[in-house]
Amino acid sequence: MYAFEYHRPASVAEAVRLLREKPEAKLLAGGHTLIPTLKQRLAQPSDLVDLGGIAELRGIREEGGALVIGAATPHGEVETSDLVRRTIPALAHLAGEIGDPQVRNRGTIGGSIANNDPAADWPAAVLGLGATVRTDRREIAADDFFTGMFETALEADEIVTAVVFPRPRRAAYAKFPNPASRYAMVGVFVAETDGGVRVAVTGAAPCVFRLTALERALAANFAPEAVDGVTVDASELNSDIHASADYRAHLVKVMAKRAIASALG
Amino acid sequence: MKFGIGQPVGRLEDRRFVTGRGRFLDDLRIDGALHLAVVRSPVAHARIRSVDVTAAEAVEGVVAVVTAERMDPEGRMHIPCLVPLKNRDGSRRADPPRPVLARDRVRHAGEAVAFVVAESRAAAEAAAEAVAVDWEELPAVVDPARADAAAVTLHEAAPRNVAFDWHFGDEAAVAEAFARAAHVTRLELVNNRVVPCAMEPRACLAHPEEGTGRLVVWVPSQGVWLHRQLLARLLGLPEARIRVRTPDVGGGFGMKIFVYPEYVMVAWAAHTLGRPVRWTAGRGESFLADTHGRGHVTVAELAFDADARMLAYRVRVRADMGAYLSNYAPFIPTLAALKVLTGVYRIPAVSYGVLGVFTNTQPVDAYRGAGRPESIYALERLVDVAARELGLPPEELRRRNMIAPEEMPYRTAAGETYDSGEFVRLMEACMTRADWAGAAARREEARRRGRLRGIGMAYYIEATMGDAEERARVRFLEDGTVEVAVGTQSTGQGHETAYAQILAERLGVPPERVRVVQGDTDVMEEGGGTGGSRSLTAEGTALLEAAARVIEKGRLAAAHHFEAAVDDVVFADGVFRVRGTDREIALLELARLVASWRERPAGLESGLDADAEITLSAYSYPNGCHIAEVEVDPETGTVDLVRYTVVDDFGVVLNPLLVAGQVHGGIAQGVGQALLEHAVFDPDWGQLLTGSFADYALPRADRLPFVDFSYIEIPCRHNPLGVKGCGEAGSIGAPPAVVNAVMDALAPLGIRHLDMPLTPARVRAAVAAAGG
Amino acid sequence: MPRVVMRVNGKEVSGEVEPRTLLVEFLREHLGLTGTHVGCDTSQCGCCVVHLDGRSVKSCTVLAVQCEGAEVLTIEGLARNGELHPIQRAFHECHGLQCGFCTPGMIMSALELLQRHPAPTEPQVRAWLEGNLCRCTGYHNIVRAILQAAEEMRQAPRPAA
Repeated sequence: MYAFEYHRPASVAEAVRLLREKPEAKLLAGGHTLIPTLKQRLAQPSDLVDLGGIAELRGIREEGGALVIGAATPHGEVETSDLVRRTIPALAHLAGEIGDPQVRNRGTIGGSIANNDPAADWPAAVLGLGATVRTDRREIAADDFFTGMFETALEADEIVTAVVFPRPRRAAYAKFPNPASRYAMVGVFVAETDGGVRVAVTGAAPCVFRLTALERALAANFAPEAVDGVTVDASELNSDIHASADYRAHLVKVMAKRAIASALG
Repeated sequence: MKFGIGQPVGRLEDRRFVTGRGRFLDDLRIDGALHLAVVRSPVAHARIRSVDVTAAEAVEGVVAVVTAERMDPEGRMHIPCLVPLKNRDGSRRADPPRPVLARDRVRHAGEAVAFVVAESRAAAEAAAEAVAVDWEELPAVVDPARADAAAVTLHEAAPRNVAFDWHFGDEAAVAEAFARAAHVTRLELVNNRVVPCAMEPRACLAHPEEGTGRLVVWVPSQGVWLHRQLLARLLGLPEARIRVRTPDVGGGFGMKIFVYPEYVMVAWAAHTLGRPVRWTAGRGESFLADTHGRGHVTVAELAFDADARMLAYRVRVRADMGAYLSNYAPFIPTLAALKVLTGVYRIPAVSYGVLGVFTNTQPVDAYRGAGRPESIYALERLVDVAARELGLPPEELRRRNMIAPEEMPYRTAAGETYDSGEFVRLMEACMTRADWAGAAARREEARRRGRLRGIGMAYYIEATMGDAEERARVRFLEDGTVEVAVGTQSTGQGHETAYAQILAERLGVPPERVRVVQGDTDVMEEGGGTGGSRSLTAEGTALLEAAARVIEKGRLAAAHHFEAAVDDVVFADGVFRVRGTDREIALLELARLVASWRERPAGLESGLDADAEITLSAYSYPNGCHIAEVEVDPETGTVDLVRYTVVDDFGVVLNPLLVAGQVHGGIAQGVGQALLEHAVFDPDWGQLLTGSFADYALPRADRLPFVDFSYIEIPCRHNPLGVKGCGEAGSIGAPPAVVNAVMDALAPLGIRHLDMPLTPARVRAAVAAAGG
Repeated sequence: MPRVVMRVNGKEVSGEVEPRTLLVEFLREHLGLTGTHVGCDTSQCGCCVVHLDGRSVKSCTVLAVQCEGAEVLTIEGLARNGELHPIQRAFHECHGLQCGFCTPGMIMSALELLQRHPAPTEPQVRAWLEGNLCRCTGYHNIVRAILQAAEEMRQAPRPAA
């Protein structure tokens, strides 16, 4: 690991100020992507700004019918939250599928979506539910937030403070984990919301994406069979030693069916 | 007896491990130790144009930056391969040098080209990164199937990348048998290359010894003596100037037997700088610098007569040696694999040819089972495929060809003499426990759930002994401790308990008084180490011998003490008694007494202490039946192992608890190889693509079921304890059992064979190709 | 260098550390608590699991400076007055360890499982161990040990660690 300075601000404003002062600084949330990256000397930030001391970033609450999850809330808290289980159980399920118990005790939703790993689980839920990402300065719609592989709409000094999930009529997540890393090889989040059906796919492509053809099919018939008529274009999908693009395209359909079946209870 | 032979005794060593007081190599602390970091090749094959250490030397805290030129100006520091092997034409195998540091060429990614010694680990790592190497990259060859036809040659001394072209058997007799066979089954298969992945990464600590000036080298080994021998040779020091020690070892699986370049670097640096030097591998380094295992590409053919009896067996293997020959590498696919080539069957004629080839990958050497899993996998897969082709149930084809107990001792066409074994009996016992007969109903039930269920068996036999010689030394210490020095090395097996059990039973001393010492060339001048499931057969025999000598000496001493005739002294339950009298004395008391005698009678000069050196006459042949049951999700290709049954013959079982542990762990490694594990290289440039636990899948708890393990004791006739080695057995039986089960599940789709690992992607692709 | 103060195994400790010092390095190098091991560099193996403010974490993926004021429990702090914790005892009795390298992390991970789920099922135990790799035991006896410890702890609850 390269050397860096460490800061533990007590407020979002102070964290933003630090980011502005130190252009080579990086935010430290749960650290479960950043610290392994640093250990392998794949990043060399001048400063780390730890968000762990900012109380306002943590917690789960209801707000006008929506579920608001603070950016620094660990996955494990979402997984076990009664409020989440009662309102959007698919989120508790998804959170419980991330990493392992120790990862879930540290890793945070804000860290996950800001990093936008192509195989991360949270982006599928955020996009699949049409959530809103709150930052220190604005609100960003999920459809505008994930812009590419490890890229988001966030500005360099912008900090995610919470994610606002509208309550769907029904929703579910089905994940096919990579046998080694247990990241999503393919994960499909399906939701029937007030604004229509949404389907978000993670793990399969360089960036989480909506499967609009399936959304249309499901709008007509919210049932697993709807998947049969949909084609998933493998040419846009990832190929690696664990799965070819064709296999991923196939898994998208299988996981979509399973998610739909699960959403239907 | 509560602590004697056959009892499931809890381990004496556990307390330190469950309280965090085990002492693994990286736990050792020496003040002022320097840290060593290795500069490794990022490419698999390249010429080294130049190495520039200027920037590295400028890093604060750096003590030395060492290249091949600096460490070994004459180019003589080569790690030797110790196995002589003749090619089929009588010539000797290729012997290209394996340098500690690459000088002008690197042949695998991760090969060491320089190292840094610094005051801190951070400084060492920063400086290692600052070493600038100018590479001229060359194409790499990574596929052993094509290595001998590749355009690239790794070593001048090995034309066509051939390390050896070895053959055993009677080709003419085999050809004749195939010509008259009623049926021939042929199978091409890959025994996938795997990474041992002991949880404790390798490490090394070396320092000058206070007072003596000797060099002390700590390594996480499976036996210290090989390390002393080779380090002395490479450093140009007499063996007496080097003391090698091994503390607690966090798993070995064969991989920790060997002498690695890093140990030479650390020892050389400590010797040259006169300061303590340490190195501990990160996991990424372990993947790049540990030896790998397996890596065979095989064509196997089995000829049958009209009654489905085996006539002859022909096997051709291309064995991946990696870029250099590790210490024992050529032995594994040849002589080790040969021992069980014919398994438990009557096969009159064999022809076994192995082409060892070099590839631009990490050296390959022994990994749990070492050659025997490769042989058994090929044979047991072939038997299953043959059964299907012949329209026979797999158990029937096996039954028809298994060597019967009344044929023992049985000399196989591979040249082994099996001493004992009741193969049909164990197979049937395993089938009963696994409810083999109920499998069809379970398959049908699964089909209704949309799952393909299959059941598969494998019958393995192993040959265990390794080094035939072993030593033991029993010392009675003043504080009442019975210290037992051994020539083996536990890496987690529980030797401290097993050996204490033997001595407790034979000498009647409380087990907590027995202290096993191992891993120190000062304590034992020679030893065979642990490997090849040899420890209990070899060391156990040596302990029996040592115990017998202690008793003989004790009778002498008791006779002297009681002024009785030696012939009148008897020993039982830890007490010497004079027959026909009430005179008696306990062993430990007698040992203390003898130690206090100023004048000792002849034969008791060293008190009751005793040394023993034994030579085993022959191998032991553990064997058993594994039955796996799986469910395949045809949509995703996921294979779930839902049931696992094993019945083993380990001869006399010393401690059922420890034996079960060995079996469970071996099975998990075998299941890992069958379903998950694979060292994958970039086909063009040779990078290891599975270089971390994020890409190399080890079995986790949720991928495995409980194992139904039981055993039938058929004593080995080749050692006095009657034991057969149990350490590797699980890893031998599991791969074919699991693959046979998956192939059984997929058989209705017309799928005949798939290579390991049976990953979801691979299984799904086959299902899709079959129209599923 | 920043100074960090935390409680480890019930005792207040402090040290000057570089910000890049990992919690596991602080435990091993500064405090000499070498029972917490490092088995990988990608946060998968779980050999380094300790409890941080009552939750199991991978101490190779936490900076020491992040633990300012925190309560840390390591394997060395689990036995009380020489008496093994029921999980430690069960690992011994069930032969749930061989080489012992993964054992401290396994036990510390199991501790949180049993704190949260006093009566876990076998699949729950197996799923919980997702973050702990063992190469020796095939997990068979580890799972048995955790189930046995759960049973014992339900019968004779121990004051919270």
